[in-house]
Amino acid sequence: MDWGQILNNTLSFMLSTETIGFMLAALGLAIHFGYAGLLNFGMAGFMAIGAYGYAISILSFGFPWWAAMGVSIAGAVVFAVLLGIPTLRLRADYLAIVTIAAAEIVRLLFQTQLFDEWTNSADGLGGYHASFRDANPLPAGSFTLGPWSYTSDQWWARLFGLVLVAVAVLLVWLIMRSPWGRVLKGIREDEDAVRSLGKNVFAYKMQALVLGGVLGSLGGVVIALPSAVIPQYYLPSLTFFVWTALLLGGAATIFGPVLGAVIYWALMAFLSGVLPAMAGEGWLPMTETQAGYLRYVLVGLALMLLVAFRPQGLLGNKKEMTFVK
Amino acid sequence: MSSNQPSHDDDHLVATEDLAPTVHGEKAVDLATGPARPGVPKKDPILVADHITRSFGGVHAVDVDHVEIPRHAITALIGPNGAGKTTLFNLLSGFDRPDTGEWEFNGRSLAGIPAWKAARRGQVRTFQLTKVLNRLTVLDSMKLGASKQKGESLLFSVLPFTWRAQEKQIEERALVLLEKFRLLDKKDDYAAALSGGQRKLLEMARALMTDPEFVLLDEPMAGVNPALVQSLLDHVVNLKREGMTVLFVEHDMHMVRHIADWVVVMAEGRVVAEGPPQEVMKDEAVVDAYLGSHLDQDIGVITGRYDEEGNRIP
Ligand SMILES: Nc1ncnc2c1ncn2[C@@H]1O[C@H](COP(=O)(O)OP(=O)(O)OP(=O)(O)O)[C@@H](O)[C@H]1O
Ligand SMILES: [Mg+2]
Repeated sequence: MDWGQILNNTLSFMLSTETIGFMLAALGLAIHFGYAGLLNFGMAGFMAIGAYGYAISILSFGFPWWAAMGVSIAGAVVFAVLLGIPTLRLRADYLAIVTIAAAEIVRLLFQTQLFDEWTNSADGLGGYHASFRDANPLPAGSFTLGPWSYTSDQWWARLFGLVLVAVAVLLVWLIMRSPWGRVLKGIREDEDAVRSLGKNVFAYKMQALVLGGVLGSLGGVVIALPSAVIPQYYLPSLTFFVWTALLLGGAATIFGPVLGAVIYWALMAFLSGVLPAMAGEGWLPMTETQAGYLRYVLVGLALMLLVAFRPQGLLGNKKEMTFVK
Repeated sequence: MSSNQPSHDDDHLVATEDLAPTVHGEKAVDLATGPARPGVPKKDPILVADHITRSFGGVHAVDVDHVEIPRHAITALIGPNGAGKTTLFNLLSGFDRPDTGEWEFNGRSLAGIPAWKAARRGQVRTFQLTKVLNRLTVLDSMKLGASKQKGESLLFSVLPFTWRAQEKQIEERALVLLEKFRLLDKKDDYAAALSGGQRKLLEMARALMTDPEFVLLDEPMAGVNPALVQSLLDHVVNLKREGMTVLFVEHDMHMVRHIADWVVVMAEGRVVAEGPPQEVMKDEAVVDAYLGSHLDQDIGVITGRYDEEGNRIP
């Protein structure tokens, strides 16, 4: 077993654009679920809208990268509002059902032949990178920082993603400690009580849905920055992976989603190295490929144990969670 | 608060007659324009409701033809279980929609106005089944109640310097109220950690943070121990002194008699009687509706709060 390579791969994944995109999406979910109590099971839909909005704006309409990102944000706002108007008046569990269905509709719309001209249907989109790379302020070549060794363009995508995360963390921290955040937490606990105090609950929930959705959409953009946009990536399972990252870190925390995303991807990378290797050594009664898929089983199991025994996540407040019924 | 507060020693088994407010506001008299009868117009009504009906399936939960609530007075809404008191509260406060009906608050129609807007106009309510914000601290719950907060808009929330001064004032006001409601030492606890009675107190204090004009309290004293009931009665009387109007639901006739200026009696969804407390208690319709076959018994016994000897059941 090549431990060096497995560890290297694990460390490398901790700073992948996928991890950074997950940080943003998980932070968005923290706003939805952790602070507002909105059960959004459609984060993959927001991420798809972000990624497709970005790629299509560049490929079909020749937008520069930053304007394309603006389109992604606007797309997320529109999607959140459309989703929110009929559902935010309903109970939280209904929102969950509607969001999961809406996210699937979004994915299928991107996948269908109908809009092939723009979406390239099932094959997805690629080759939209030039504009973003032209904006790369880093010198050409490749650089190594500790265990991370990337080309200039790879560093640029990561740095940009991390700056977005930093700005998002700061913003979420600011709003959650403000009276606005207090109203949101109140809504999470009991909407009617907050309503009886003269707060427009619907408007607050809508703002939270939009805000978290925009972060999810930006997460989708960051993941797509150096790679491609493939409809099969935005399956409901993506939503649940983001949920796992969120719950790992702590749903009602600021840094929990960031930490959770790192741990989630480190764990996935580690297991996808170590399990096939174990099968190769004959320690597991299965083929290497089968062992590779075992990681999803193990992560699912970890999620179940986590929710049962540490629902507040790694960074959550124990005292607060004693009152989760 | 007044100086002659009861000590905690007499928490146990206080005979009902002892539960009187220690502050004595003038009882408001002469509120109606004519002799007491259901629907009698008031000289200065804060709320006027007409033809309000609400049925659930076949049950006519509320069927109120006309009722007016007098301003600057304490009105008690009484009636047996299932009379429709809570349903009427829900309708008036915008938490439920009536099948038919019109009502005005301060001369402006409130029908069809959502609950949060009604609250902004100065009509705040509490709930029979207390609604506390479990994972908010007591102090945060209180601060949430304050209205017109600049920091509650998303735009200003990220600019703390725009709301910090207001936040400080709100906190000071919250602390004063918490002190009054004897919750000050709980201010940093999660609301979920409060006892049932303390939750009632917090809910009422929180409602007062909105600076209301008209307060609707659904059984504010239920589950609160007698010593605290005493101070709650004081609070309610003080609300009137401070210029507020109170409508409260209460099953305990002794308390009603002590603090209410006016009593509205509901039974099976209708207003069957209204008038000053002393008169209403003697009203035959009330006796029929409320006491039923228990004519000879004290009402506290019937509501299950007092035993046959008149001792409070803990
Ligand atoms: N949501 C509902 N669905 C169906 N029936 C309801 C609903 N709410 C109230 N009712 C019915 O309406 C009637 C009035 O109920 P309400 O809660 O207003 O009584 P109440 O006067 O507040 O009684 P209590 O003194 O026990 O609190 C009851 O018969 C009750 O069963
Ligand atoms: Mg009731």
